[in-house]
Amino acid sequence: MTDMKRRTLLKGTLALGALGMAFSAGLLTPRAALAAWPKDAFDAKTVDDALKSLFGSTQLEGSDKIVFKQLPEIAENGAVVPVSVEVAMDGVESISILAEKNATPLTSSYTLGAATEPFVATRIKLGKTTSVIAVVKAGGKLYSAGKEVKVTIGGCGG
Amino acid sequence: MANKMRVVAKLAGDVTTVKALVKHPMDTGQVKDKKTGELIPAHFIQEVTCEHNGKVVLSALWGVAISKDPYLSFRFKGAKAGDKFTLSWVDNKGQHESAETVIE
Repeated sequence: MTDMKRRTLLKGTLALGALGMAFSAGLLTPRAALAAWPKDAFDAKTVDDALKSLFGSTQLEGSDKIVFKQLPEIAENGAVVPVSVEVAMDGVESISILAEKNATPLTSSYTLGAATEPFVATRIKLGKTTSVIAVVKAGGKLYSAGKEVKVTIGGCGG
Repeated sequence: MANKMRVVAKLAGDVTTVKALVKHPMDTGQVKDKKTGELIPAHFIQEVTCEHNGKVVLSALWGVAISKDPYLSFRFKGAKAGDKFTLSWVDNKGQHESAETVIE
């Protein structure tokens, strides 16, 4: 019995040691090791699949409180399309930006801290003319707004 | 990798506005190298973490559809001038970088 226990203990210590070595050797940064980048959501080919993977739901409630402060109606260069989303709601937990006609619609998702205002701005690539959708999670519910962007030169292919 | 990132955090009233510009190819994995005709492998930032005095104020998950040399801006409350602000990112190859600035 005691021997068995000692073996388990030894094994455990060895495993921990190996992990510790990986960390110190820089093979695994703590951040990379703990990363929870949602590959399935980013690989999803449709908006619904991306939402299902990211939130476990595709139930969106349209909201006029979600505004694209920045997003052109016509994007001459699909490789660099400025987009900013501002939300006039309390308790916003996250903002996600999707481009419906991109090969993989999910562009990015932002989780806000308690003191962070419901606003985010970035620049995205659009493959072709598409609807850009902002999905906002607030109070456990999903809200959305969309806007059509006409793309004259796509930004996702060669 | 030094000085490839520009981060500015400016305080106005109670609101700090962050603007960041990161140098990164953000390769989608769908574009062919014009010389060799081969696909350039995907190489893109996956996670961005923004901290105010060590507390996470924004964490971003990015895919290949974020433009090359990414831009990010957002706002948060509760900071004072002189507070520390850090932005760090990690990409799909495990490369990472972080920049620290002082809130002005």
